[in-house]
Amino acid sequence: MAEVLTLPPNLPKSQNAEVGASKFCPGCGHGITLKALANAVDELDIKQKTVFGCDIGCSLLSWNYLDLDTVQTHHGRTTPVIYGVTRANPEAIGIAYMGDGGGLAIGSQHLVNAAVRSERMMIVLVNNTNYGMTGGQMSPTTMPGQKTETTPYGRDCEVTGRPAKGAEMVAAIANPEKSFVARSSVSNVRKLQSTFKKGLINVQNGGFSFIEVLSICPLNWRTNNVDTLERLKTMEEFFEVKEFLQGKSEQ
Amino acid sequence: MVNKLIKEDTKMFLTGNEVLAYAANAAEAEFMYGYPITPQNEIMHTWCKLLPKTEAGFLQTEDEISAGFSTLGGILAGKRAFTATAGPGNVIMQDAQSMAEMMRIPFVCAVMQRGGPSTATVIYAQQETRLTCFGGNGEGFRIVYSTAGHQDLYDYMIKAFNTAWKYRFPTYVLADGYQGKMREPVMLYDPASRGISMVPTEKALLGPGQIGIDRKSVHMRNTYNMEEELMEVLEGYQKDYDKMAEEVAEYEEYKAEDAEILIIAHGIVARSARTAIDELRAKGIKAGLFRPITIRPLAVKPLRAAVSRAKQILFTESANGQLAQMVLEKLYGLNTPYSTLYKMGVGVTGDDLVSKVESMIKEPAMI
Amino acid sequence: MSRTKIVLAGEGGQGVQSIAKILVEAGYEAGKQVLYIPNFGVEQRGGVSIAFCQIADETIGEPRFSKGDIIIMLSDRAISRCETYVNENSTIVYDTSVCTIKPTVKCKQVIGIDANKIANEDPSLGARVFNIIILGVLLEATHVLELSDIKNAMEKALGKKFDAKPELRTKNYNALDMGIKLLKEQQALV
Repeated sequence: MAEVLTLPPNLPKSQNAEVGASKFCPGCGHGITLKALANAVDELDIKQKTVFGCDIGCSLLSWNYLDLDTVQTHHGRTTPVIYGVTRANPEAIGIAYMGDGGGLAIGSQHLVNAAVRSERMMIVLVNNTNYGMTGGQMSPTTMPGQKTETTPYGRDCEVTGRPAKGAEMVAAIANPEKSFVARSSVSNVRKLQSTFKKGLINVQNGGFSFIEVLSICPLNWRTNNVDTLERLKTMEEFFEVKEFLQGKSEQ
Repeated sequence: MVNKLIKEDTKMFLTGNEVLAYAANAAEAEFMYGYPITPQNEIMHTWCKLLPKTEAGFLQTEDEISAGFSTLGGILAGKRAFTATAGPGNVIMQDAQSMAEMMRIPFVCAVMQRGGPSTATVIYAQQETRLTCFGGNGEGFRIVYSTAGHQDLYDYMIKAFNTAWKYRFPTYVLADGYQGKMREPVMLYDPASRGISMVPTEKALLGPGQIGIDRKSVHMRNTYNMEEELMEVLEGYQKDYDKMAEEVAEYEEYKAEDAEILIIAHGIVARSARTAIDELRAKGIKAGLFRPITIRPLAVKPLRAAVSRAKQILFTESANGQLAQMVLEKLYGLNTPYSTLYKMGVGVTGDDLVSKVESMIKEPAMI
Repeated sequence: MSRTKIVLAGEGGQGVQSIAKILVEAGYEAGKQVLYIPNFGVEQRGGVSIAFCQIADETIGEPRFSKGDIIIMLSDRAISRCETYVNENSTIVYDTSVCTIKPTVKCKQVIGIDANKIANEDPSLGARVFNIIILGVLLEATHVLELSDIKNAMEKALGKKFDAKPELRTKNYNALDMGIKLLKEQQALV
């Protein structure tokens, strides 16, 4: 009988090894994003002072995903909970983790005001162009023509407006001296990790960081592997992947 | 740590909102998160004016949603933090308040009631009674102190922090625009001089010890997959709540022992009732007062005892029977008849109550 | 057991709340029980401004009363707004040089004074101390406090301004005396 060779999983130290199988849907971008985030936390060796907050929506499934002190909040309310923490505890590095609905719709006033006030925290907004957990409705970032449960014939921008560009909006209102604002994508994990690292360095330097992550949702998109990546490419053309503001993100 | 301003007994002539800011400082509150809404603004104003001396913290948020949630963040970070609101602000802050209930976060909030529904008046009401006790999509695992003047505001604001941190249920000081804006003498003191020590705070996040060495990482969740899993948690909460209620429930009686007509009122209306009772007694009418101080949880046993002794009850509120609804449920089985004097969003005066009680003598209430 | 219930009402800007504050501060410093509620609405300025003051020897119960012992009305709108606080035991004082109508509600006594006109015409006074004349009137009408109590409270509130501009002190004190005199004259007529 052949021996089965098992290797321990290559998990970041800041990922919770006790969770077992991922609770995200097969092919979901959250797992990739969270692993990159955990690696960035490891690289900077800030696990012991990081507070991770997650929103409602698919992002809530990250409530025990990381080996970080974590609080799960309400829809759109992760930003105020986390700046509540960092205002009260100047040592803490706060990360608020949310989707495009939580960040750009129901919690948009908090995003705007956290950016304006340069709250000392990093907001990670995972943009998969729909409300995943509630079954795939249109979100602020749903692409023109994209079919969702509430735009079954495709998003008509004449009726619903144009997709919201979160990173551009934040870059326009944030203080460039203190803010790191970028859009990254799950298509390039190394780049994603280094972007998180920059964002966290900027927070360590007392600044505000906003990182929008273009992500994938094959389940609600109803796409196979090839089409999923094709869709992601289209998104990357529509939502420019770049650093908008650098803040103090150099080590 | 913050600097406490009141080191010895100091009599001052203040507005209620000022009293609350001083009380929070006396309770060693370290951080206030707030958003402007009348009639609670001067709590923030006073808190901010005192900051250079107290070295406490303050954040003016973008709305009450944020004020509520950032207060939760501050508390999770281990600070004795609080907020204050009123009316429509209290409505939209329910989101955070229900999270505090579910996650047993020692949230402290002063509610200065104003007229409702909606934006209505900025002046006064008792129309946030039900909202403050039972707002949110839950069971009302909350502790609500209803104050009747400035000494109460000072005493119970200090107490609210200890109740919240001891029992881990959101705790409220429920007052109103009159109490916030009116000026009357009050005795400020250092809680230690009254034998009150502040319950120590704890860091729920980034507490002592290293993750993976001394302790596991903390995962505070607010989501359950199974109905039964939720019920098990809530049944535990209910048990804790019932046990706490016996220790926390407070009430006040005024000439209630031999009262034939028992006025049941809370907050500032109870003070008008005192004025009326003195007048009525002078006329030979045996009137008395039962005033729940904790309107949630209610002091049920003494309430039932007082009601059993009386011939008639009079419920009076600056609302349409919000307290009465909560009280009547606890009076099940008793058949003392009752009458009501409800003035929605308007103050109840002593004269109002005197003529009402006199009419109840002439024409007794029916069961 | 004595309790004096006072309603002061005028237009925003007439200084109604300022004199209410001086009055209750004076009462507090004199060791009385006092309770003061400014009425406040949505507007920061403008509208009828009302102050509800109580001065008593014993603890005050109700914060808002239904009928006042003395009601001061300093504008037409104040008259129509505040007749509700009047009963047969109330004394009304109104300013005949500001109001174009007369209080008609049934009460114990109506006293008209022309404080605004006097303030404007008397060079030892001035338009800005109009409210202090009213404070003098109130003091004389209620007798709940001594003139010295009021002066102490004024020094506490305005002392610095007075020191910077001594003629202000003189004008304010003149106004107090004028108020007392006006009320005495009117009462003598009744």
